[in-house]
Amino acid sequence: MTGAKPMTTRHTLAATGMHLAYGTREVVSNLDIAIPPGKLTVIVGANACGKSTMLRGLARLLAPTHGTVLLDGKSIHAMSTREVATILGVLPQSPTAPESIVVADLVGRGRYPHQGWFRRWTAEDDAAVAEALAATDTLELADRPVDELSGGQRQRVWIAMALAQKTDLLLLDEPTTFLDINHQVEVLDLLTDLVRGGRTVVVVLHDLNLACRYADHIVAMKAGRLVAEGRPVEVVTEELVRDVFSMDSRVVVDPISQTPMIVPIGRHHAQARENA
Amino acid sequence: MEASVRPTVMRYQATLALGLLGLAVIVAMVAFLSMTVGARAIPLDMVWTALTAFDPDSTDHRIIWDLRLPRTLIGLLVGAALGLSGAVLQGATRNPLADTSILGIHAGAAVFVVMGITLFGITQLSIYVWLAFAGAGVAMFVVYGIASIGREGATPVKLALVGAAMTAALTSVVSAVLLMSPTTFDQLRFWQVGSLAGRDMAVLMQVLPFLLAGIVLALATARMLDGLSLGEDVARSLGQNVKISRAIAGLAAVILAGSATAAAGPIAFVGLTVPHVARAVTGPNYRWILPYSMLLAPILLLGADIIGRVVAPPGEVQVGIVTAAIGAPFFIALVRRRKLATL
Amino acid sequence: MTTLVEASGISAIRQSLAARRRRVTTLLVVALLAAIAASLYLGDYPVAPDAIVRSLLSPLTGEVNRGVDFIVLNVRLPRTTLAILTGVAFGLSGAIFQTLLRNPLASPDIIGISHGASAAAVICMLVFGITGVGVSLGALAGAMLTAFAIYALAWRGGVTPYRVVLVGIAIAAIMGAIISYLFTRARLQEAQEALAWLVGSLNAANLNDILPLAGALVLLIPATVYLVRSLDVLQLGDDAATALGNRVEPTKLALIVVAVAHAAFATAAAGPVGFVAFVAGPIARALLAGAGGGFLQSALVGAIVMLGSDMVAQHALPATQLPVGVVTGIFGAGFLLWFLAAANRQGRGG
Repeated sequence: MTGAKPMTTRHTLAATGMHLAYGTREVVSNLDIAIPPGKLTVIVGANACGKSTMLRGLARLLAPTHGTVLLDGKSIHAMSTREVATILGVLPQSPTAPESIVVADLVGRGRYPHQGWFRRWTAEDDAAVAEALAATDTLELADRPVDELSGGQRQRVWIAMALAQKTDLLLLDEPTTFLDINHQVEVLDLLTDLVRGGRTVVVVLHDLNLACRYADHIVAMKAGRLVAEGRPVEVVTEELVRDVFSMDSRVVVDPISQTPMIVPIGRHHAQARENA
Repeated sequence: MEASVRPTVMRYQATLALGLLGLAVIVAMVAFLSMTVGARAIPLDMVWTALTAFDPDSTDHRIIWDLRLPRTLIGLLVGAALGLSGAVLQGATRNPLADTSILGIHAGAAVFVVMGITLFGITQLSIYVWLAFAGAGVAMFVVYGIASIGREGATPVKLALVGAAMTAALTSVVSAVLLMSPTTFDQLRFWQVGSLAGRDMAVLMQVLPFLLAGIVLALATARMLDGLSLGEDVARSLGQNVKISRAIAGLAAVILAGSATAAAGPIAFVGLTVPHVARAVTGPNYRWILPYSMLLAPILLLGADIIGRVVAPPGEVQVGIVTAAIGAPFFIALVRRRKLATL
Repeated sequence: MTTLVEASGISAIRQSLAARRRRVTTLLVVALLAAIAASLYLGDYPVAPDAIVRSLLSPLTGEVNRGVDFIVLNVRLPRTTLAILTGVAFGLSGAIFQTLLRNPLASPDIIGISHGASAAAVICMLVFGITGVGVSLGALAGAMLTAFAIYALAWRGGVTPYRVVLVGIAIAAIMGAIISYLFTRARLQEAQEALAWLVGSLNAANLNDILPLAGALVLLIPATVYLVRSLDVLQLGDDAATALGNRVEPTKLALIVVAVAHAAFATAAAGPVGFVAFVAGPIARALLAGAGGGFLQSALVGAIVMLGSDMVAQHALPATQLPVGVVTGIFGAGFLLWFLAAANRQGRGG
């Protein structure tokens, strides 16, 4: 059943009229979104705008109070969660590592949905773990206890766990936190590789410029609603940044990737804006 | 930004300060209530004249001075001590289950009291006090000593495990003695419940210096606990010596819990739950959690003691039982209603 | 492709972890066998080892030696068997709770389950004057009802470890208060008898204690084996477990039911023997040092602690037989402290 799926079937993920709430506090209201298949979608927005919550909703980690999330046109909550886990992988924001677990063991837990009562660990699982570790540049850490790793190494190991799940759709909530700039770029390069290989990736990012550079499709959120979506060159403007982040900025062309690059202004440099 | 944050913070602090004042008023009211209620009801004005113009010939006055006042004062102080020691221990170990009963303090006190009864035939409460205090101190010292072997010192997990191990070991000793000596069991079953009954001024004077010193020391740890609550690394980077902070917090907790146990027997529930209630009100800020715990706990303890005096006449129900019976349902309701801040 | 080489590297790491698990398991099995042998051999009435073996085999060989058979088959074997079964059940119960609730303190003897069983048993004894099997049934019912109450009260669209633990300690306090209250009201003689039950004992172990527990374990152990696999992912947090295809809430409920049943049946058979459930998991994990697994090993540690403690309880004092619960605390605590100190010296403690 696993791995045998032809790569030509692209899985689709969408939400219609989705409301998400924690208790009585509604965080996302009436949201419609369709994740473009085979693309890298980046979700941006200010803190507490509901972007992580939306990702949790799409990932069926949080059931919507109204509306539906559709995976391949079917309601995701009506599907068996095991079946979903072979199509859709998620890296949640703060997973916990069991005490003194070894890296290879932790990453191996990403193979859980592919195993069952009768199908235990196989060479295919070893290969998937090795591939995930290699892709995140953590292969040499494989026999180290996770407790002993640095924050950045730990973050890459968690990404490796999500990769080991080998799903066509991959949702990651701020995978670049704790990472040095070089590792941030490596992770985003890696996600781009995955997308070129035919997968669909959705990622919540803090860094607007990296978002613009890497996103095929950018989704901007504010107060639980979508403000704009589309290709970064088409939607990222100074007005959008002001609307979403309540901050004045200049949007220039990124000299490396020709994508929009946001240069924040701030209070002390308001003079410069006047002069410009 | 600053302009908009300052008033909010100040309003928050003002609200909390006002709440603290309100609690202090309730504490005073409960204290007076505690002097009027009992097998012989004494009206409030009589309490007042007894306190202000003592007449040695009046039975009521003598009851107030010999029984009710020491009992009330001990209730207030023991309550404050239990609340504070619980809050300090939970903060220092960052474990919601950390409590004097889990960290071996009660078991240590119980072992010493049991030994005193069995080996030396001691039956006076005033000597139990010293035994309990010594037992609590020795137990905590040993627990802390074992837990701090090794590079990283007494980490929360090690403290909890060693404390629980010590509790179990000492409880086993107590059980063994009790099973073999019915007379000791007969004495201990009443002490072990936890009670404020029959405590006189002499008992109060015995533990008073320790309780006061403990309260001051505990209140002084607030800043350290706030640092520790962010995690050891952050605490260290804020310039805090984590080991020393934990040791001071541990010392404060031992002094408080030891003297509280000495005065009233092992009362488990107050120290465990009151800090959670305080935290639900104040948010994660020990500069408020500590004073709130210090005032909330006596209200629970003394309130429970008053109820215990009237609920089953002609006898009394011990305060240790009533606190659990009242406090636990309230605590469960709180756990269900609010998302309690994790430690 | 270097992946093949790398995959073999991963496979090697997994195998070395598995080898460590096997070494620990072997060590524990050997220790358990030694304890069983000692438990059958030790006693006031001396029986030669070969006579013990012949007596054990007598149901097959038909050889009869009344005196020895009585000692071995009717006295020592039931006691040894009950120690192993209760040890396994307590060990598994504690390890499941500690892993599920992600708190090393969260064993059934801390979060209220044992207190519920104890309170029910004490009520049976001191209020209704019930003795014998009735007390065991009462304890069983008490443990189940308490666990149900804790779960129901902690439920708010799901259960979180934190809520379960907090509700559990509150329930434990209520149950403890009930016990203390009944103790102060009861006649000394009766209170003393109740205290003896509360400490937990294997004295006078017989088939009536063993059979219900053995029957329960026949069902519970396969269920445990099936369910603990989910703990591999539940340990990573609810979100991560859901993401990996685990139905989190039903799995948690099933795990709690199984863990409670282990503790409840063991308590009904031997009383709320303290600390075995608490200590088995940490000792097993300290031995494994991150090699994964831990449940089989916890069960073995539980059995060893129980059996070892019972031997000490029987033979430590020449004139008296102590109840096993007196020793498990001391024995288990010593064991745990020693491991913590050992782990500390190697600088990887706690």
